Amino acid sequence: MTSQTVLFDTPGPRARRRHTLAAVVGGVVLLGVLAWVLSRLAARGNLTPAKWNPFASADTWTEYLLPGVVGTLEAAAISIVLALVLGLLLGMGRLSENRPLRWFCSVFVEFFRAVPVLLMMIFAFNLYAVYQVFDSEQLALAGVVTGLTLYNASVMAELVRAGVGSLPAGQREAGLSIGLTASQTLRSILLPQALTAMLPAIVGQLVVVLKDSALGSIITYVELLAQGQTLGTARANMVPAFIVVAAIFIAINYLLTVLAGRVERRMRRRGHTSAKAAPAAPGQAG
Amino acid sequence: MADLLKQYDVLGAFWMTIVLTVFSAVGSLVIGTVVAVMRVSPVAVLRTMGAGYVNIVRNTPLTLIIVFCNIGLFVNLGLRLADKSSSTFLVDNNIRLAVLGLSVYHAAFVCEALRSGINTVPAGQAEAARSIGLSFGQNIRHVVMPQAFRGAVTPLGNTMIALTKNTTVASAIGVAEASGLMKEMIEFSPDQLVLVFLVFALGFVLLTLPMGLLFTTMSRRLAVKR
Repeated sequence: MTSQTVLFDTPGPRARRRHTLAAVVGGVVLLGVLAWVLSRLAARGNLTPAKWNPFASADTWTEYLLPGVVGTLEAAAISIVLALVLGLLLGMGRLSENRPLRWFCSVFVEFFRAVPVLLMMIFAFNLYAVYQVFDSEQLALAGVVTGLTLYNASVMAELVRAGVGSLPAGQREAGLSIGLTASQTLRSILLPQALTAMLPAIVGQLVVVLKDSALGSIITYVELLAQGQTLGTARANMVPAFIVVAAIFIAINYLLTVLAGRVERRMRRRGHTSAKAAPAAPGQAG
Repeated sequence: MADLLKQYDVLGAFWMTIVLTVFSAVGSLVIGTVVAVMRVSPVAVLRTMGAGYVNIVRNTPLTLIIVFCNIGLFVNLGLRLADKSSSTFLVDNNIRLAVLGLSVYHAAFVCEALRSGINTVPAGQAEAARSIGLSFGQNIRHVVMPQAFRGAVTPLGNTMIALTKNTTVASAIGVAEASGLMKEMIEFSPDQLVLVFLVFALGFVLLTLPMGLLFTTMSRRLAVKR
């Protein structure tokens, strides 16, 4: 944000006119695009009350959208808890003194970060189906949770490692010098600080988990996107259904982003800035 | 194993993955750069539009965007991106719709990467550019952006690697890329399940690992020494 103010001077009269012109042109282009989209929507009858009325009736919400939201939140909640636990263990493994353990955790993390989440979901879904690990009703959920957990645990492990790595070296030295073992130092001194510093990134990662749960629709998991498509087919209002589903996703994720920002500012106020939060890996699958 | 590879066109599927990646990478870089410039421009309306784009797109699942490109834009609104008379119309159209969706989605992340790159340019540079009389456009073109791109290699690289993996979502609208073929192979030879997964997982490791190394090297070599 600071860069914004140095990129241009306080505008003089001519620059102000130019900026007004650019603003008007930008506004006109935006309105033009909106008008075009609305006219296309109207031409296909997507703006008629018949297409939008379903959202005023309670059944649409109780039968389609709310179960979808519940499915999405359920998969996301289970995955995030499992990913946190597994990610913490993997992160500690990567920081361990034990070479085979460190090596195993590194390969695990690098592998599952490189493989697309969708591939893992399809694989886990079929693996559970072939070996009948879960009953058929739970199959899709188990597949979604497995894919999300493996990927996000790997990301968490990296967050843990980056968090510990960014602590001042004195923290570790102090722990060792008062006679704690390396693993005691890690557990009681380094990890608590690293996790606090990483909290904003971890909350930010929730958005990724929530978005990725939409991949579940491809392996028949009943979540918000899948429910939106079912709704669109049932009420013959596919485009409105997509718009409403997108709005719900955006609202939930935007709130999480705001929450992450809040947490970050709060950390900064409380002086937990020794570890610079590494930005969460951008643009993960969704 | 050899039978499976003979029976199914694994290389062809990965070729489609690469094609989707390359075209979407170009598309997202172009859109992302435009949005990034809008977000730092002196015009408040453009800044708001850029921020709105990023906030909306970044919080929408990619799967939804891709599925909407097909069912919404094509089936419902009649957007056609390929020659309708061609015999491969549906296939071509879906590939192009997937590229459109992937580009639009990743452009938001490219924009944020570039903004982080712009933040690496010291304020004095922009001030110097202003003081010799360069306009905002000249400042961005000649002073800020060349350095911003070099400073943003790492996050841009992460975005491009994520893009490569995210091309798998195109299977949601029937584009014949790697994840679609993997699903098909597993359905027809469930006894080879683990092997099939490992082949495809390895394929993605082979695609993304060199990219990661390349971007790490590039970020070191292109970094502006300060």
